[in-house]
Amino acid sequence: MYSDKVMDHFTNPRNVGEIADADGIGEVGNARCGDIMKLWIKVDGDVITDVKFKTFGCGAAIATSSVITEMAIGKTVAEAERITNQEVAEELHGLPSVKMHCSNLAAEALMAAIEDYRKKSDKTSAS
Amino acid sequence: MDHAATTALRPEVLDSMLPYFGSEFGNASSVYGWGRRARQALDSARDTVSGLLGASSDEIIFTSGGSEGANLAIKGVAWANQNRGKHIITSAIEHHAVLDSVLWLEKQGFEITILPVDAEGQVAPAQVAEALRPDTILVSIMHANNEVGTIQPISEIGAIVREHGAFFHTDAVQTAGVLGMSVQELNVDLLSLSAHKFYGPKGVGALYLRKGVRLNPLIHGGAQEKRRRAGTENVAGIVGLAKALELAQEEREEENARLIALRDRLIEGLMRIPSTKVNGSLVQRLPNNVNVCFEFIEGESMLLNLDLRGVAASSGSACTSGSLDPSHVLLAMGLTHEIAHGSLRLTLGRDNTEADVDYVLQEVPMIVERLRAMSPLYQG
Ligand SMILES: Cc1ncc(COP(=O)(O)O)c(C=O)c1O
Ligand code: FES
Repeated sequence: MYSDKVMDHFTNPRNVGEIADADGIGEVGNARCGDIMKLWIKVDGDVITDVKFKTFGCGAAIATSSVITEMAIGKTVAEAERITNQEVAEELHGLPSVKMHCSNLAAEALMAAIEDYRKKSDKTSAS
Repeated sequence: MDHAATTALRPEVLDSMLPYFGSEFGNASSVYGWGRRARQALDSARDTVSGLLGASSDEIIFTSGGSEGANLAIKGVAWANQNRGKHIITSAIEHHAVLDSVLWLEKQGFEITILPVDAEGQVAPAQVAEALRPDTILVSIMHANNEVGTIQPISEIGAIVREHGAFFHTDAVQTAGVLGMSVQELNVDLLSLSAHKFYGPKGVGALYLRKGVRLNPLIHGGAQEKRRRAGTENVAGIVGLAKALELAQEEREEENARLIALRDRLIEGLMRIPSTKVNGSLVQRLPNNVNVCFEFIEGESMLLNLDLRGVAASSGSACTSGSLDPSHVLLAMGLTHEIAHGSLRLTLGRDNTEADVDYVLQEVPMIVERLRAMSPLYQG
């Protein structure tokens, strides 16, 4: 039911872990099945230089977390913010329809991390 | 290790069926030779099954499987007996074939009581007694649960229901060929079973219906199965069901002892993984059932990892259900969504050996560790 690319990211997830001095952290929960995804981002200037994740969820949730870290690294914050769950699913060569909400989780976690980064950097610039 | 889902057809069973796919293709309703031989095969299968259940042959209705058996038992008895009352009792951990039949009847105006279970997944006979009403016509409680393997006190519940004057159905899909099947000892009026769970073919089952219990058919048409289930009989399937049940009942004591040893070895080994809990009873448990929850991880990712290592298993996780709700059985036993998420069911069978168990015990701890290292809930 999963594409080879999903299985690849599931068996060899990229960028698993945490970033101790992260510039933004996003944690989102999935109201529908109770899964949790946490994402750490490191930003240099305006560019996302590193992303790490931890996920409690199904194979699709792990694969979408993994692929979104690859998609986000190297993008500017503004570019990364525009990544949609549709794009995440496409990057994985499609997801079963019952698993589309897992890709929402990944996109939402990235948004949350970026939001957190913005809040933190606003504070830093204000002080 | 997913024998509760289905089992492989035994070669002896296949052999018994083959003639009825080939030269013996007769319709059991025809009067000429082919028909008569098909009729003989059906009669003999019916005698075998009724003998194994301690029933008489006209109390057996062949069906298309466990789901049809449950639907026929529940809807059939409810419709035929609604003049006596409209109340039906069942439990929260039934298979959906039972639960959804009962819930559908509720929409038709029947009144339903769904009994809770304890933390081990058992229905208390006292609660059945309490739930019985003057207008209760039917009680349906499964013989053993397909997810956690808990065996229910069917004989005791049956005695209470009979004393009260209601009818009692048990879904014996997981126990046929495994536990004692005497309908007299079990105190049941209806019992459904399905051949593919005991090394028989898929798509064929049987319903025991005690003489004198009124039942409306689900399928109208010809006079087959004494007008209780129309349709030209699945002769090969029925022959296979009878053969498979006969073999399973013959060998069950020896096979159960073997499976219990493997099961306990598996449970013991899995329990060495930290933050792991067994689901279901350790005493009233099917010989082949292992069901555990690993905290902080999700079942589907567990299953995918096992599949990559050649092990077939199942999980009550929300992510595997398609419906995105975790197992209703685990929730009814009081597990939280989060814990139910990490459930793993391994069900052993004829082809499993100690080496298989040891292989699983070698792989599962590594998978759990790997997934926990990825889990935001796990604090090392
Ligand atoms: C307890 C129980 N009841 C009913 C069924 C349905 O049986 P069948 O697949 O033959 O329709 C199953 C099997 O899936 C089961 O485990
Ligand atoms: S995270 Fe639950 S279905 Fe994907």
